[in-house]
Amino acid sequence: MLPNPRLITMGDRALVIEFGDRLDPQLSARIAAAAQHLRASPPPGVLDIVPAYTTLALHYDPAVIGAGTTPYEALIEQIGAWLHEQADANLLPGRLVEIPVCYGCGLGEDLEDVARQHGLTPEEVATIHASTDYRVYLVGFVPGFAYLGNLDSRIVTPRSDTPRPHVPAGSVAIGGDQTGVYPLDTPGGWRLIGRTPVKMFTPESEPPCLLGAGDTVRFVPISRAEFDALSGNGA
Amino acid sequence: MNVLVLKPGMLTTLQDSGRNGYQHYGVPVSGAMDLFSHRVANILVGNSSDEATLEITLQGPRLEFDQDAVIAICGGNLSPVIGGDEVPEGKAVRLRAGSVLDFGACQAGCRSYLAVRGGFDVPKVMGSRSTYETAQLGGIHGRALRKDDRLPIGESDGDIYPDLDAELARSGRAFAFPKWAVNQHIGKLGRVPQVARIIPGRHWEAFPATARDALTGTEFRIAPNSNRMGIRLDGSAIELENPLEILSEAVTFGTIQVPPAGQPIVLMADRQTVGGYPKIAEVASVDLHLLAQLKPGDGLRFELVSLAQAQALWLAREQELMTIREAVEKHLAK
Repeated sequence: MLPNPRLITMGDRALVIEFGDRLDPQLSARIAAAAQHLRASPPPGVLDIVPAYTTLALHYDPAVIGAGTTPYEALIEQIGAWLHEQADANLLPGRLVEIPVCYGCGLGEDLEDVARQHGLTPEEVATIHASTDYRVYLVGFVPGFAYLGNLDSRIVTPRSDTPRPHVPAGSVAIGGDQTGVYPLDTPGGWRLIGRTPVKMFTPESEPPCLLGAGDTVRFVPISRAEFDALSGNGA
Repeated sequence: MNVLVLKPGMLTTLQDSGRNGYQHYGVPVSGAMDLFSHRVANILVGNSSDEATLEITLQGPRLEFDQDAVIAICGGNLSPVIGGDEVPEGKAVRLRAGSVLDFGACQAGCRSYLAVRGGFDVPKVMGSRSTYETAQLGGIHGRALRKDDRLPIGESDGDIYPDLDAELARSGRAFAFPKWAVNQHIGKLGRVPQVARIIPGRHWEAFPATARDALTGTEFRIAPNSNRMGIRLDGSAIELENPLEILSEAVTFGTIQVPPAGQPIVLMADRQTVGGYPKIAEVASVDLHLLAQLKPGDGLRFELVSLAQAQALWLAREQELMTIREAVEKHLAK
């Protein structure tokens, strides 16, 4: 049984609901379900609903919530009752999203180095990476960057001491015991093992991001020729 | 109608009240750093509150208006002039076609907001026109203004200040403005050192009393590497006795994060949606616009208030803005 959630203030226009204090897939599923439920019928004045590893934050407009004794108390009165009901709700199985990856292919610059560190071949690293289903715990850092947990311990690799000034969009990378895909060209310190031709962040689309917290991700290895065809680079 | 950018200024971006509803995808809220001045500027030109204004930082642009326009400038004073004549702040100003608005030395504050009647007609991205440069979202191609950009102005329904039209025609001057002005310096813009109220944060209790006393009892200076993401503070180091294991979670506008080196950062408009540093305090929303007007080297002190006080102050501020809107609307053409 999971403990009861705790309500914590975060300034005068946000609050944090803490569901637990450690990384746990079951906890994450409960947070994702709560986020989904709240998003389906948000209380008036709630502007943003932000799930993370152990928490769900609500950003709100105190002027819309209006006065109870204070807007905060008026909001937690609504949330508190709802959280109580929600405790026994069925957890929805998130979506399964398949992401094609060309491992190595001259695109994952650190693949050989990561393999060497673990006494594996690059092919073995790719096989291990693609044989686990990953949970999206959090989307943050930049738009569309999904933190994927439960990386196989055989390929857990620390971040670089010196981040690269430029990591190309689509880079599939390992950072400690997490993995993820860079949605934009940004600086980054994770180790690059491959690249996907799929766009992770498309601002003009709704939803703008391929992944959301609670989703499950499966990486599907593709060849360089398939990568080029899918990214529209020609054969 | 267009505004032509003759000179872009140091960092001039289109901003509105922010991109809400996408933080769970890691999309920052962005929006005006000084939302109060942004909102007052929109009110003065009769715009709805979700129109974008130009956020002008320290060194302003030179802009040419190709048609008659009604503008308002609020916030920091960056010496706006037209044809060498000072353009007043906190007022609606009626311009002639061909006017060139130029900005000069920074006399007060750090950021000035320019609203144009009709709003800037650029597409909304995820519900907002705010520029977020890191992901190239919103504004003009997701970036700050450049020389020769053309900023399209939206349609508006005719003359809202007929008295100013008449005065402009009579006077033969380049621009006209009313006698009345809005008190746009609510909250003591020029106070030295500036004072911002704070509420204890998520990890307040985890910091030793000496660190909490240093936060509330000593003066900080705005560090030069401050920007739209965060204001970095030089001064007393704020340190934990033992490091905290923190899993990343949401942060907000005004969160005061303390990285291990002990230099606090106040998270501002372009903050990331989540963070993993201890959060010692949160700046009361009612004072965030004061922080937005601080420039590197300026002094800042913090004063502790309760959540209930901060929310009451915020509701009072919202009421003040309603009063300002009602007062301005009395002057608008029916």
